[in-house]
Amino acid sequence: MTDPITSDKVPVTVLTGYLGAGKTTLLNRILSEPHGQKYAVIVNEFGEIGIDNDLIVGADEEIFEMNNGCICCTVRGDLIRIIQGLMRRKGKFDAIIVETTGLADPAPVAQTFFVDPEIGRKAKLDAIITVADAKWLKDRLRDAPEAKNQIAFADVILVNKTDLVGAADLREIEARIRAINPYATLHLTQRCAVPLADVLHRNAFDLDRILDVEPKFLEAGDGHDHHHHDHADGHHHGHGGLKHYHDEDMQSLSLKTDRALDPDKFFPWIQNLVAQEGQNILRSKGILAFKDDPKRFAFQGVHMMLDGDHQRDWRDSEKRESRIIFIGRELPESMIRKGFEECAA
Amino acid sequence: MATTNTPSVADRARPIAAGAAVVGAYFLADTAVLVLGDEALLFVAANGDPQRVVVHGGGILAAASDGERIVTGGDDGKVVATKADMTTATIAADPKHRWIDHVALAPDGTVGWSAGKDAFVQPRKGEPRKLEAPSTVGGLAFAPKGRRLAIAHYHGVTLWFPNAAEAIPERLEWKGSHLDVTFSPDGRYLVTAMQEPTLHGWRLVDGKHMRMSGYSAKVRAMAWTAGGKGLATSGAPQLIVWPFHGKDGPMGKEPHMLAPAEHQVSAVACHPQKDVIAAGYDNGLVLLVRTTDGAEVLARRPDGSPVSALAWNAKGTAIAFGTEEGEAGIVDLA
Repeated sequence: MTDPITSDKVPVTVLTGYLGAGKTTLLNRILSEPHGQKYAVIVNEFGEIGIDNDLIVGADEEIFEMNNGCICCTVRGDLIRIIQGLMRRKGKFDAIIVETTGLADPAPVAQTFFVDPEIGRKAKLDAIITVADAKWLKDRLRDAPEAKNQIAFADVILVNKTDLVGAADLREIEARIRAINPYATLHLTQRCAVPLADVLHRNAFDLDRILDVEPKFLEAGDGHDHHHHDHADGHHHGHGGLKHYHDEDMQSLSLKTDRALDPDKFFPWIQNLVAQEGQNILRSKGILAFKDDPKRFAFQGVHMMLDGDHQRDWRDSEKRESRIIFIGRELPESMIRKGFEECAA
Repeated sequence: MATTNTPSVADRARPIAAGAAVVGAYFLADTAVLVLGDEALLFVAANGDPQRVVVHGGGILAAASDGERIVTGGDDGKVVATKADMTTATIAADPKHRWIDHVALAPDGTVGWSAGKDAFVQPRKGEPRKLEAPSTVGGLAFAPKGRRLAIAHYHGVTLWFPNAAEAIPERLEWKGSHLDVTFSPDGRYLVTAMQEPTLHGWRLVDGKHMRMSGYSAKVRAMAWTAGGKGLATSGAPQLIVWPFHGKDGPMGKEPHMLAPAEHQVSAVACHPQKDVIAAGYDNGLVLLVRTTDGAEVLARRPDGSPVSALAWNAKGTAIAFGTEEGEAGIVDLA
């Protein structure tokens, strides 16, 4: 399922975030740093906002449904066209940044890289970066499903404009975010000041990399991972004392077992699960230990799309444990737990 | 399948280092012209060194030719026509510098192009005309007589008579994203390649649908065989040729499947007179395939880079090819 040639694929970073959160600020910050990299930037409000870059392409955010009987399988038609066009100028840029509109659902963007084989051959999704406004995020999580989707989908979240809220509010925002997505890397910023390494070349969709970041991404609940970049505000943020919230409709679910799995049970189960519940499952990831299989198997998914492959051998020092996570809406937890348990060999 | 016993003309190929991805190939009289992805055309005359002609201030996104000139669309927002003598003329420049995604040429010299949702035509004489499609244009094709332009888009194709300003464009509907579009040479059928690995067709007289499926990849190359009897396509690990000679075209019929290989066909070009098709594969292999009996002749050995452009000259005595990695060549068969 995974293309053996990955090294020369152009990485694509997706910037999402609700209106006014600071996406363009982050974009300009990325472009103005002395990194020596050339970026092709795909934006929506073409020409309306000041972006200082040689290669800027205006997009239309056209969402196309695929004719594959899967109603949540949507792609960004304009992105396919633009990336194919950019690839004709291969070598003129090192990476692509896609800025979406504030109301955009990240799923069609991500699914474009799963669905279109030509895009998948030449470009790879690096990470979904979501910029959230510290002052308004709580309200948006209540009234804007798009804002919640963007948090749920993110690999990296910047809680921006932290100078506009107090320490207590900030802790509450973090707790709200963690209730939806405990796996993303969280950064607290002002004016999106964040080291570029924290937002670019994250390899968040690289199956090999799933293993590298595993302790972080599989930590559950309050095992949060955040970084302050606004040392000026002077407040100290204690670990471990995060309030627990339960988001009413968006949750994450983490399952693990040390019983070896039967691939002939697991694959039909997961495929059926995403076929049935794929509209509600935004993202899934997992590392699996199959019976009599010396290699680890990693997979990831966006809605109904799944991508997986064998990775390296299990090490002798390693516990052969299978772990999977889901982020989604109204996840049928007991059904998923029972189904996963029945995949044991 | 090509084996060591396959007859070969590969040693007669003149290799050309194009220096950039080859995105199209045409012949202007006896001169092969390679369209490069970066910004230039590469003229390869039978004698002499290749000559690079810069025609755009950016990447070339689309090209079409009528044998007299090559019309290109670039990401500099320009539509440029280049003749065999290497002179260029700018046909249009988008005021907002939008990408020119597609171009088409009619037999009377009318040029069509699109930028985003907008489709345009520029007749030989007179003012350009514009039509906004319901969504981004996926492909353009003029009908054989050149008076009608097919505009492929999401959920169908719009048929537009640019000269009849008051006429409401006709809409052919079919769910999904339609990309490349082509009329059969007799004008009776319209076929689109879709985002999914399938073709969709319409019989224009009654709008009857034709679904041509079974591909393993998106179809990126379509070419009509000599006399318009068949439609040769890429998108499978063999050359797929749909029969269009009967009363009902390919309806209810199986395609011919020729020249099976381990790799996908990525480019096709039909001999202008004979029942021979040049097929390029995504490992760099080029075969000449006779459609009557499936006989194969090796025209290029595989080197791992997908063949992205193929063309015959008008006499059918030479083929030009190019790859995504910028390797190209001319095979003289005369």
